[in-house]
Amino acid sequence: MSKEYKGKTLSEILRMEQARNFLGKGMREDGRELTQYRPIDIKVGTIEKAFGSATVYLGDTIVVTGVNFEIGTPFTDSPDSAILLVEGEILPTASFEAEAGPPDEYEIEMSRVVDRSLRESGIIDFKKYVIVPGEAVLKIFVDFNILNDDGNIIDAAVIGAVAALATAEMPDLDYIRENLENVNNNNIKEVPRKPFQIEEVPIANTIAMYGDKMFVDPTASEEEVADALITYTHLSTGEICSIQLLKGSLSYEDVFKALDLAYEKSIEIRNILRERGIISG
Amino acid sequence: MSKEEFIRVDGRKPDELRKYSINAGILKNADGSAEIRLGKNWIVVGVYGPKEHFPKFEALQDRAIINCRYHMAPYSTTERKSPKPSRREIELSKVIRTALEQAVILEKFPEMSIDIFIEVLQAEGSTRVASITAASVALAEAGIPLRDMVVGCSAGKVSGKIVVDVGEEEDKEGEADLPIAIMPNLKRVVLLQMDGKLTHEEFKEAFEKALAGALELYEEQKRALKGLIEKMSEIPSEGDGNEQGV
Repeated sequence: MSKEYKGKTLSEILRMEQARNFLGKGMREDGRELTQYRPIDIKVGTIEKAFGSATVYLGDTIVVTGVNFEIGTPFTDSPDSAILLVEGEILPTASFEAEAGPPDEYEIEMSRVVDRSLRESGIIDFKKYVIVPGEAVLKIFVDFNILNDDGNIIDAAVIGAVAALATAEMPDLDYIRENLENVNNNNIKEVPRKPFQIEEVPIANTIAMYGDKMFVDPTASEEEVADALITYTHLSTGEICSIQLLKGSLSYEDVFKALDLAYEKSIEIRNILRERGIISG
Repeated sequence: MSKEEFIRVDGRKPDELRKYSINAGILKNADGSAEIRLGKNWIVVGVYGPKEHFPKFEALQDRAIINCRYHMAPYSTTERKSPKPSRREIELSKVIRTALEQAVILEKFPEMSIDIFIEVLQAEGSTRVASITAASVALAEAGIPLRDMVVGCSAGKVSGKIVVDVGEEEDKEGEADLPIAIMPNLKRVVLLQMDGKLTHEEFKEAFEKALAGALELYEEQKRALKGLIEKMSEIPSEGDGNEQGV
């Protein structure tokens, strides 16, 4: 078997061939424009047991994100800084290729790109969530799962993380300080809550190349046939906070062309989040 | 003092690389090997293969498979690093592998695999790009056909200034880090990552600085491979001591 088709089902091979045929003509298998996203649906508060949650549907891609808070000990090199932990997994339900078990290198890469997109963006003011300096800080968990993988999971996961954080409620830190003896991670969910405040909104946009065609929001089969995939994460200021070349190679010029396209699309996604009332401003 | 004379923590100018050297053929048992020193970074790469891929059912009929491991020694960092592969090392092994895959003509070796082992013995920032630079020399020494060399360099933003070849201190204190790797003759980017905060203008400036740094290191890669050929020609030929070299 060639590399491309190894382990693939016949229907997936046919979808890849179809994607190739369409992209070669500058078209998409689902009739979209090259620079058009699939419909995005964002539902927040979908997991009641978490402090914050969101389910994002990007075409047929589904990502569920949960945000949780715990009391933790700060790292010795940053005693007055809250801790953020971002982890993502592709569930075995996500596709014929997905497997249960420890995350493989693609999942680790995906999760680390989402992590950097959040961490470097300033979405969280880490100094704000110190309970007792040097002793206790807020530990912020962002866990996301891909339920169905039809491509572009990084863009969808960042939207999900932003939506879950933006609508999360956190335990009241003043209450925790006053009741340090009694509050622990077993009863933290019973502590009175306050809205969690985000400071910035990072938006990740993955750009794909097929031959000389550049396109956005690739489906799983378009990702398979793409010559290159690159993700840029932008802030509301227009600054870039993360880049990752996920696949293939790019000419020097295309690095900048893709950057401009990603920025344009980040504005579009940002507006969607605003219109749906998930973020303000 | 004008802006041009901005001096970095280690006394370098913004466009100045740390001291570097690359040597090829340093491991006798490997099919190809190289070491790079870049500042205090010391990285050794061994290449084994092409060889038959095992298990056989995983082999590809139309091309070779590259196995790549980026690994940091427990003593390579200030704080001891657990020898167990971290998530960071798994991610870097993947991005380094995909970068090198762009250059290796895999189709020449169906059903086979090529192992690339990168051992970071001492780390001082920008190890992933230094690893790629050395790995490419090791692949060339192994005689594996390449479309082009792969050479990497980083740039970053430190105290508001864009600088090349980000050191460990600068990476910790700095505002952004941009490692890149290129195929210098084909003019293609094969590794590109960024984290921190950069405007589009700063990104362009950083990209250009990293590119210039990579092109400088490309000259050192060539020197290392030429050095190897010269060393080979020093081996006295058998018999009548003819003057012909290789």
